[in-house]
Amino acid sequence: MSAVLSAPPRVGALFLASPKAMISSAVALILILSALCAPWIAPHDPFALGSFSLMDSELPPVWSEGGDPRFLLGTDTQGRDVLSAILYGMRVSLLVGFAAVAISAAVGTLFGLVAGFRGGWLDAVLMRLADVILSFPTILIALLVSGIARGLLPDTRQEDYAVLVLILAIAINEWTQYARTVRGQTLVEASLDYVKAARLSGLGDGRILARHILPNVLSPVIVIATINLALAVLAEATLSFLGVGMPATQPSLGTLIRIGNENLFSGVWWVVVFPALTLVLLVLSVNLFGDWLRDALNPRSE
Amino acid sequence: MRSIHGASETSGLRVRGLTVSYGRRGHAVPAVEAVDVDAAPGEIVAIVGESGAGKTSIGTALLDLVDPPGHWTAREVTLDGETIDYRTTHTRGRDVSVIFQDPQTALNPLFTVESQLVHMVRHHLGLDRGAAKRRAIEMLEEVGIPDAVARVGQYPHQFSGGMRQRVVIALALACRPRLVIADEPTSALDVSIRAQILALIRRLCREKGMACLLITHDMGAVAQISDRAVVMRDGRAVETGPTTRLLSGAQHPYSRALIAAVPPAHRRLPRFAVPDTGAAVTDAELERWLRDRPTAGGDTPLAVDELTKVFRLPGRLFGRGARAVRAVDAVSFALAPGEIFGLVGESGSGKSTLAQIAAGLRWPDAGEARVLGRRFGPTTPKAALRGYRQGLQMVFQDPYSSLNRRMTVLETILEPMADTPRAVGLRLVPALLERVGLPRDVARRHPHAFSGGQRQRIAIARALAGRPRVLICDEPTSALDVSIQAQILNLLKDLRDELGLSMLLITHDLPVVRQMCDRVGVMQSGRLVEMGPTERVFDAPEASYTQMLLTHLPRLPERQPAS
Repeated sequence: MSAVLSAPPRVGALFLASPKAMISSAVALILILSALCAPWIAPHDPFALGSFSLMDSELPPVWSEGGDPRFLLGTDTQGRDVLSAILYGMRVSLLVGFAAVAISAAVGTLFGLVAGFRGGWLDAVLMRLADVILSFPTILIALLVSGIARGLLPDTRQEDYAVLVLILAIAINEWTQYARTVRGQTLVEASLDYVKAARLSGLGDGRILARHILPNVLSPVIVIATINLALAVLAEATLSFLGVGMPATQPSLGTLIRIGNENLFSGVWWVVVFPALTLVLLVLSVNLFGDWLRDALNPRSE
Repeated sequence: MRSIHGASETSGLRVRGLTVSYGRRGHAVPAVEAVDVDAAPGEIVAIVGESGAGKTSIGTALLDLVDPPGHWTAREVTLDGETIDYRTTHTRGRDVSVIFQDPQTALNPLFTVESQLVHMVRHHLGLDRGAAKRRAIEMLEEVGIPDAVARVGQYPHQFSGGMRQRVVIALALACRPRLVIADEPTSALDVSIRAQILALIRRLCREKGMACLLITHDMGAVAQISDRAVVMRDGRAVETGPTTRLLSGAQHPYSRALIAAVPPAHRRLPRFAVPDTGAAVTDAELERWLRDRPTAGGDTPLAVDELTKVFRLPGRLFGRGARAVRAVDAVSFALAPGEIFGLVGESGSGKSTLAQIAAGLRWPDAGEARVLGRRFGPTTPKAALRGYRQGLQMVFQDPYSSLNRRMTVLETILEPMADTPRAVGLRLVPALLERVGLPRDVARRHPHAFSGGQRQRIAIARALAGRPRVLICDEPTSALDVSIQAQILNLLKDLRDELGLSMLLITHDLPVVRQMCDRVGVMQSGRLVEMGPTERVFDAPEASYTQMLLTHLPRLPERQPAS
């Protein structure tokens, strides 16, 4: 934890004492690192169309009968290495997840701070907007955003902007959580005497928010961000599975599952099961870590 | 003579070797160590001490309410010669009962007073419904609730704070306990109600022959109603004796220091006779810097003129329109340079609202405040406020919320020093810490490393770092222990004398005003009902409200010269 957040020193000790925290963070870290390093550790390049041949298509995992040691987790219908596709697919999923979390956390925290500190009409407008967004199912808004984007973008550019559209679609849903939490916390902090003391020290609103209130409302933001990373990855997978997310040319985990699912009944199970397992493992480990973090940062759980 | 088994002829409570520890076995921390307490029927025994002395733990243990993994042991706990049996659910509530501190939380808001009282007596005494209701009404009458027959069916929120505490007492005494534990029974109440509740507890204990343990930090309460007192420090009883003897001639040095720290209401001391932990050290550069404050126009450091603040309460959806409460109602006064002006009043009298307006933290609805010639009224633009607040600093009540827990002491104190080069500031902060009686090397720590009294010193250092000419202190010591209060008050007095600060001291504590202030204003429901030199207001109050407040002041016996 950085000094700004100044997580109490006990969080470190709690981490070392919790097998749940250590295992979940280790799994999440391994998955994230392997996705980051995909170009170097992947045995094949799933995007180099010339590098795979139909001769190698639908090979089962290496431990099954007929498996090929070049393709650890087998190949898909076009002869693409499933393991490499997963590593690259996880890159896309995590990129969308992290970017969506970063944008929604930044926007939500800012809106929450301003709404809580200023109050008045700005507070009312921002919070009613959040209420409206919360009253729609997440997936509906995401479908709406990607639908609008499809309508606006020329067909040729749609694949280029697919990542941005997905990030936006997910971020629009998720900023509300940060905004509501931060607003509540800001109301509490702003009423405390240290804020009055800061005013008497000659600080203006902006510096009071940045120097005094922001550091004191950040712990819940970190917790929500962690849990929302898992949710964002899931949302991305859902949208891609439904066919409105990443195109097959830049497959994410969700796209891989969708493609694999089409071939499931022809017995080529490995093409869908391994991406799905990766997704479960990623979401589960991040979620468990987020859960632990929430308990560890909650002052009342001492 | 000490009987190990409780079969002696003693009546009342007899406790021997009570020990309470918290934390897991292995590294348990003792909160109370080998304490002996006796309380005869009808006798009130005060258990006094500062926070952390273990006094509340004694009460918790005698009710067998120590939360695991904490635990308690005693060689003997007997009531009228019988060992108290905590295995039956009837002991607690029937034989041993408790009066809680906060009447807001001690009653269940969802049930009527009647159902809470009836449940109590039916459970413990097995009365039938009719008899239980008669008993409930009888109890309310006994604790002085007028029109008990009608009010017994009401809910707790329909009673005022003082009346609610009477209900709590009725609930505690409904089953005629032989021992009552009163844990800070009046700390949440206003001065005028406090005295009545104490008198009620005393009368009922006498009449019903109940032994009572009065757990409190309030020496006034001890003096007013207790027969004997046990002085606790760090979990041990340092001295036990009749209250009058303890107050006038305590033997143990700690008891003497504790009593010396209590501000007397009836005469003025030059200083509190408490040892100053870490006497203030002055530093030549710091003193020059502190006195080199920007001079501003106007001789009057702080004045308010016909200041008014109205709070509008939301009206009901279908009903009368919004109601308005005049929290501050046309108040005027002015501070002289170097003067300490006290503003006293009970909770809700508007004194804190007034302080915040004077500090430029809230807008008035009418009238104006002036600091060093700069004006602040309802139409002052927000941009002008920063200028208005210059030369003015504030010390707040709660030393926990007044310091940003994420900032080090150094960052906190540097904040108001924006007009001073950082290099100079870094040199001055350690000196400033020493100036308020803290070690100079604590600047890099966060607030959680400090006690309440130390935090208040940090808050004072921060206020000084703004080089104020006016210091507004809003209940600066009411969250502190009495010996710490005495040190902080001494410090504030010294700062006034040495730096020529003018102070507005807001407090509900009349003895503190008597010790600190040159002049005093008395506030009641937003209005200033009396103002004058402190001695005159205390010795010859003119307003009937002031007279009423003063009659409720506890009078401690004068100390005899130490023999």
